[in-house]
Amino acid sequence: MQPEEQKQLLIQQIADMMEDEAVALAKQMLAEGYPPLELLGHCREAMEIVGKRYETGEYFLPELMLAGEMLGSIGEIAKPLIDQGAGTKAKGATVLIGTVHGDLHDIGKNIVSFMLDINGYNVIDIGIDVPVEEFIRNIREHKPVVVGLSGFLTLAFDSMKETIQRIEAEGLRQGMKIMIGGGQVDETILKHTGADAYGMNAMDAVNLCKNWIPA
Amino acid sequence: MQPKRADANSGRTPAQLLADREQRLLAAVQLERPDRLPTALFAHFWISRYSGLTNRQAMYDYGRLGAAVVKAVSDLEPDAYVPGHNVMAFGPTLDLIDYRQLEWPGHGGLGDNVPYQYLDREYMTVAEYDEYLRDPTGFMLHRYLPRAANAFKPMAMLPNYPSVLHTRIPQSLAVYANPEVRQLLQTLITAGEEMQRMQESGAKIVAELKAAGFPLALHATCGAPFDVASDYLRGSKGAMLDMFRNKDKLLRLLERLVELLPANAIATADRNQGKFIFFPLHWGLDGFMSPQQFETFFWPPLRRVLVGLIDLGYIPVVFWEGDCTSRLEVIADIPPGKAIYMFERSDLKKAKKILGNRVCIRGGMPVSTLITGTAEQTRDTVKRLFDEIGDGGGYILDSGVGIPDEAKHENVVAMFETAKECRY
Repeated sequence: MQPEEQKQLLIQQIADMMEDEAVALAKQMLAEGYPPLELLGHCREAMEIVGKRYETGEYFLPELMLAGEMLGSIGEIAKPLIDQGAGTKAKGATVLIGTVHGDLHDIGKNIVSFMLDINGYNVIDIGIDVPVEEFIRNIREHKPVVVGLSGFLTLAFDSMKETIQRIEAEGLRQGMKIMIGGGQVDETILKHTGADAYGMNAMDAVNLCKNWIPA
Repeated sequence: MQPKRADANSGRTPAQLLADREQRLLAAVQLERPDRLPTALFAHFWISRYSGLTNRQAMYDYGRLGAAVVKAVSDLEPDAYVPGHNVMAFGPTLDLIDYRQLEWPGHGGLGDNVPYQYLDREYMTVAEYDEYLRDPTGFMLHRYLPRAANAFKPMAMLPNYPSVLHTRIPQSLAVYANPEVRQLLQTLITAGEEMQRMQESGAKIVAELKAAGFPLALHATCGAPFDVASDYLRGSKGAMLDMFRNKDKLLRLLERLVELLPANAIATADRNQGKFIFFPLHWGLDGFMSPQQFETFFWPPLRRVLVGLIDLGYIPVVFWEGDCTSRLEVIADIPPGKAIYMFERSDLKKAKKILGNRVCIRGGMPVSTLITGTAEQTRDTVKRLFDEIGDGGGYILDSGVGIPDEAKHENVVAMFETAKECRY
């Protein structure tokens, strides 16, 4: 098979959730000397197709999960073959995301992180039950253009409000957009927290970021 | 705002009020019009906060929690309520067994006013499918319970009873003299006594409120087979990946769970002398799985559990978490007038249209209104819901997740008072 055919097949197999075939083909290509960085680029192309299929309602959470696994497996094989200092494609604007304090839920946040990542954003995911100070510290360090506050429980509404008030009080709000999402968040909760926008799902988060700043 | 206590001043005796309330709920389940809009007080820590308790106090202080439940129920006069002890007061027992599947207020770094939260982990590995399918009881005893609580670790040493017969039976007893197993047995007795104290304390409140005319809204809890496979066995990631990697095993596990899950719900409901069996659903919602995955992994096994319980005379109270609007046609396939569907974010108008002649609908009050709105907005919402969703009966007023912990007291009072004014 010609490299171009291999490339197309790999992209198709990942996008079509053919895990065993895709991982085997990637292994074979690398063994035959296919440039690892290029191969990872193809994986990213496949992820974009997966993302589009998620956007259009063809794919759902299980497919995103499996796509992530495939990317992980292929990455594990490819990365040791990459020359140090070769560098990878520069990432776009930085989005900082975390689940607010008191809330241990992460599924929604993880999907948003995943979708932002495959849409080219530089996602800094700082985990669950994140104290206000931790958000502030990370904002200072990473200087994100968008901050995403996630929360599933109703207690998260006040944690979001508190986090946003602190961001303002620290003088960090200017030039930054804040989006919230998860659980029962709606228009009323948006006003309550003082965020710039809310989203009902991961695609909303991507679209908000795209409107605010292209990746 | 002081609640009006309209029922208490109605001249009806507590026994009459109990019958009125039971009839009101039953009429809604049977898709008929009751005398007025029925309500259910479904809440966790809102009840204890209403009396000024922290979440931690609610989980640990049986007496104060009991007084809080009585106060909330007496003030709001719901047509049914959720027994507070069963959903909150297991703090002391969790400590005694060193439980690992939850974090709770004042434990694991959580503050005193945070609700308890389940930890999504893989509790059964992919290699253990066959073991579970062959012998679920043995798996639960030897593998699962030791992972669920640190105090249960010595259960791994207990005999594998299907292979212990005849003279091997007395021989097998030696393990009970093992120091770790002795400690396990002692902990089981101590924790059992603690749970008994909690349940007795809760039962006293249930009896007291029944004598005052208030029935229970929930007598047992069960789960959807896929949720059990996902939440409690494989973990959410494992179950989702198994849809592709281990589809046959996952389907066989779901089959087994259809057979296994009802037993505890039936025993608990019978002990509590009631018919309402609650099903909190977690993974079937729109956006989480595709319609095809829903109709392969989620709905068929759940439907079998629901219909099985309905055939035995129980009333499933199915809580469709998140937005399940795209599932409405599929989940309409259930015997009419035998169950309650509680919706969190689904489109209730559509639900009424599609399910109105199949199943009683519960929910509709936005939690954001209860938490951040005014009493007036709450009243208006109740009236709107009564007109739109309550039309023709078959509707129970509730919020999408019951009463959220942070709901303003005056809004909750307004919600229950307004419902009493909504007469058919």
